[in-house]
Amino acid sequence: MAHSHAAGEAAAPEHNFPEKAGEYVRIGVILVVLTALEVGAYEVAHRAHGTALGAAWFVPTILVLSALKFALVALYYMHLKWDGRFLKGIFTFSLFVAAIVILALMVLMTYHYTYAGTLPKVG
Amino acid sequence: MAHAEAHAHPATSTGIDNRKLAIWTFIGSECLFFASLISTYLVYKGKSLVGPFPKDIFEIPLVTFGTALLLFSSLFVVLSLNAAEQGNRKKTILWLGLTIVCGLFFIGMQVYEFSHFVHKGLTMQGNLFGASFYTLTGFHGTHVTIGVVWLLTVFIELLRGKLPPAKALNLEIAALYWHFVDVVWIVIFPVVYLMN
Repeated sequence: MAHSHAAGEAAAPEHNFPEKAGEYVRIGVILVVLTALEVGAYEVAHRAHGTALGAAWFVPTILVLSALKFALVALYYMHLKWDGRFLKGIFTFSLFVAAIVILALMVLMTYHYTYAGTLPKVG
Repeated sequence: MAHAEAHAHPATSTGIDNRKLAIWTFIGSECLFFASLISTYLVYKGKSLVGPFPKDIFEIPLVTFGTALLLFSSLFVVLSLNAAEQGNRKKTILWLGLTIVCGLFFIGMQVYEFSHFVHKGLTMQGNLFGASFYTLTGFHGTHVTIGVVWLLTVFIELLRGKLPPAKALNLEIAALYWHFVDVVWIVIFPVVYLMN
C-alpha cells in the first residue's frame, strides 16, 4: 500500500505491490533458514574455538546473515521494495546515521580505553 | 477531472499519507535510539570485572525459539495485512491473532529469561554486562509489549467490524512498527547472544 488516498478511510487503498501471500511465505522460509545458519555457525565456531579451524570467519558470517535477514524484512515485509523513494530515503538515512553513531562510539571508547590504559597509575 | 485528480493524490505535499509518513519518521528516530543502546552494549562488552559473564548464562536454544517466534509473527502480520486489503476478514483475524500470540510468547520467553538470569546473579547493578544487557533487551521487550497492545487494539477493532479494507492502513501502520521491532531483534540476536 505505497500510496493511500487522501481520504484513506473512505476508499479502498491502491495496490501497487504484488499481493502474494506465497511470496511472503517464501521470504519467511528464507528467514528461518538464515536463522538456522546463524545458529549453526555459532555451534561450529563454538566447537572450533582454540582449534586449527579457529573462529575468525564467524563474526563476518554472522554479520552478513544478519544483514540479509534485515534487508529481507525491510524490503518485503515492510514493503520498502514497492514504496516510494521518500520513505526509502527516510529509512536509509536513519540507518546511515545509526551506523555512524555505532562506529563513532566504538572508536571513541576504544580510544578512551587504550589511552586510559597507557596512563601512569596515580598514588 | 479535477475530482479524479484530487482522488488520485493524497492532499499532502509529499503525496504520502500523513500517518504513514509519521510512522516511518518515528521508525527512523528509533533506529538512532537502538543504535545508541547497541553501541553502548558493544563498548562495554568484555569489560566486566566480575561475573556472571555471557557464556555462563546464555541459553541459545531458548533465545533461538524466541527469535523464530518474532520472525513468524512478522510473517503472520504481513499475511494479515494482505488479507485485510483483500477484504478477507476471517484470514485477517486468524493471522493477526497468531501474531499477537507469538508476541505474547516472546514476552513470556523474555520474562522467564530475565528471572532465570537474576537467579544466577546477573543484575543491573552487578556488572557492566548486566547493566548494558538489561537496558538493551529490556527496552526491546518494552517495544514488543507496546506492539502487542497496539496490535490488540487493532484486533478488537477488527472483531467489532470497524476495520474494513478501506481502513487497512491502520493495520499497516501497526504492522510497520511490529516489523521494526522484529528487525531490531534481528540485530540484537547475533550481536548480543551469538557473538559472546
